[in-house]
Amino acid sequence: MAGPDDGRREHPLARYLRPGTLPSTFCPGCGCGTVLNCLLRAVDRQKLDPKELVMVTGIGCSSWIPSPMFRCDTLHTTHGRAVAFATGVKLLMPQRKVLVIAGDGDLAGIGGNHLVHAAHRNIDLGVMMVNNRIYGMTGGQCSPTTPSDLFTTTTPYGNLDQPVMASELLVSAGANYVARWTTFHVRQLTKAMEELMNGEGFRFLEIISQCPTHFDKECKRSPAEILDSYRDNSVPFDKAEEPYDGQAGSKLTVGVLADRKRPGYVRRLAAVEKKIASGDGTSGDGPSGGEGRK
Amino acid sequence: MPKKFGVRILGDGCKGCGICVHFCPNGVLEMSGEFTPKGYHPPQKKTDKACKGCRTCEQMCPDLAIYVEEEGQ
Amino acid sequence: MKSGQHPYLAGHQGRRLFDLGDIACAWGALYAGCSFYAGYPITPASEIAEFLSKELPRAGGRFIQMEDEIASMAAIIGAAWAGGRAMTATSGPGFSLMQENIGYAVMTETPCVVVDVQRSGPSTGQATKPAQGDMMQARWGTHGDHEMVALCPNSAQECFDLTVRAFDIAFALRQPVLLMLDGEIGHLRETFDLRLPQGMTPLPRPPTHHDVPPFGGNPVPPLVLFGEGRFLHVTGSTHKPDGMRDVTTPAVHDELVRRLCRKVEQNRRLLKDVEKDVPDDARTVVLCYGAPSRPALAAVEQARKEGLKVGILRLRTVWPFPGDELESLPDSVRAVLVPEMNLGQMSREAERYTEKSVGCLSKIGGVTHTTREILSKLREAA
Repeated sequence: MAGPDDGRREHPLARYLRPGTLPSTFCPGCGCGTVLNCLLRAVDRQKLDPKELVMVTGIGCSSWIPSPMFRCDTLHTTHGRAVAFATGVKLLMPQRKVLVIAGDGDLAGIGGNHLVHAAHRNIDLGVMMVNNRIYGMTGGQCSPTTPSDLFTTTTPYGNLDQPVMASELLVSAGANYVARWTTFHVRQLTKAMEELMNGEGFRFLEIISQCPTHFDKECKRSPAEILDSYRDNSVPFDKAEEPYDGQAGSKLTVGVLADRKRPGYVRRLAAVEKKIASGDGTSGDGPSGGEGRK
Repeated sequence: MPKKFGVRILGDGCKGCGICVHFCPNGVLEMSGEFTPKGYHPPQKKTDKACKGCRTCEQMCPDLAIYVEEEGQ
Repeated sequence: MKSGQHPYLAGHQGRRLFDLGDIACAWGALYAGCSFYAGYPITPASEIAEFLSKELPRAGGRFIQMEDEIASMAAIIGAAWAGGRAMTATSGPGFSLMQENIGYAVMTETPCVVVDVQRSGPSTGQATKPAQGDMMQARWGTHGDHEMVALCPNSAQECFDLTVRAFDIAFALRQPVLLMLDGEIGHLRETFDLRLPQGMTPLPRPPTHHDVPPFGGNPVPPLVLFGEGRFLHVTGSTHKPDGMRDVTTPAVHDELVRRLCRKVEQNRRLLKDVEKDVPDDARTVVLCYGAPSRPALAAVEQARKEGLKVGILRLRTVWPFPGDELESLPDSVRAVLVPEMNLGQMSREAERYTEKSVGCLSKIGGVTHTTREILSKLREAA
């Protein structure tokens, strides 16, 4: 049975893996595998007990990053709704680190509404959007983050849309932490993931990731060449001459786009609950309902 | 005494993507002619090159199929 | 938290209230130990959310208004895996949106309660008027092969009682349970008592989790949740008893889906809840549920005074449908009359179980049946 433990050697991160789940089902050179690598490394660097984590994923290749490889409580949910499921988990397990990992189609397409509301709510979740700018699992259809004019299986005459800029959107929605890196920037990714695991409020990490199988431009290049292009075409966010607009010719801006310390949803809810408990919890103040329709 | 490092390649999991070979800053790796059980070519360490222990390959590998160990451990 | 054990609830125990069916349902949730509610406003169910937004935190639970019904259903499932006793409430348009995630709850065996206070549809319909047009949707709204449990109250007291029952069933079978109110019952005001319902058939206890895999069992798995160190893998994909995905082995899917169905099928007898009054010489039987059952009861009473041989079957559990009651009707019965606020949904189900004539007394347009309308049909059938 193939796996990291081939009987003679064991990968230093193997203890975080469910046995028998490697090799993964990702394509050769897929960025998803690198994201998993960084994730395990981030857990390891912090000496986190996986019992502290809950992983919530959606549908799509990147939703398979922790599922089933990472050995922790995992909720693999319906397309686009991972953030909403995770909200329920977090509210009843506030002490746990609840992370969402899903793709651009899942989070910014069908799940866009939930993503924006979660940011407005500043709900205490760490959300990683693995952005390969295509619907990979279903065979290469256009995604909300696909650059304009690109040919995909559902845009055979060129994409007429402007790509959704999820990170920028969530900055304006008030998310506590927003960062963007690529799968070339493995060390920065690992650090950003640690931030996602430890911060308060809504933390978002956009990861530009290669799809060497279906993303039109990348089919013509090797994974290493794609990563070279990420390195050569990215510029620190605060040093960029122009904002990144998601288009093919545009320079990728990377780094931390927002880092705020607004109180997270759990903290604010707990404050209200404290008031209720000390105030009118059992004072006999009658319950409302049914009186005076507004 | 400078540390010595060994590159461990887990052939069963490698998918021959070539990222490790490309990004090793010291040119320590090359694609081999061997086959993994799934039919991919894994990398191999060049006999005349010494691994410096930067772990770039280990951190970039999408398949957790390569890692670096300090020799003598 | 066990039913009604929070000090705040103990303080209200035994009170008699006069309030909406919706509010009685919400009280029932509290006394069932509801610890989490996520919902979205929709007429005629908003009162449940409004009440729980205020009272649930007082009883130690958490409430959140989500951005839509899809997110609400998702959040209650997430909360259930975090150990919550979770509920949401909606009406037709929201119920339609929730279907995908209801199916996820079925497939992952997530205990939770979903209330549908039915209103006139399709689509926006008559938003503020009652109907019973979602009964078949309750059974088949989500895709794929599945069974469903749905309860149907006809009074404020039953809104309370059956909400408690719904939670019991959800946790006994590890299954979402639907509570099918209608806008009439949800919005009428009646007295109801805050006391746990008596005399309901006890449900089987699920196994403890020492030796049964978390998604296995015969047929109900143990309730193993996040945070117990089991590193659960919960997925809506077809999976093996250990929770790991396997969509390529036909036997795995066959075994899983049939087991999910057996959870309900094997417990039909315990889930059945029918108020039955069918004399051995009955000629007509009224099959009813929800709001129309009240004028139906009055009509049957009056018909009997007129010497008509009439029986009545009033369903409190509508799914699984108690087909055995129709199969075992006395030979004297010539017709079954089903007053419903739709164009024939439960009546179609009834037809499957009997050769006798089944007539649907449909009434749509947002006004409930009158006693006179049903009585007149009973006289015709005599």
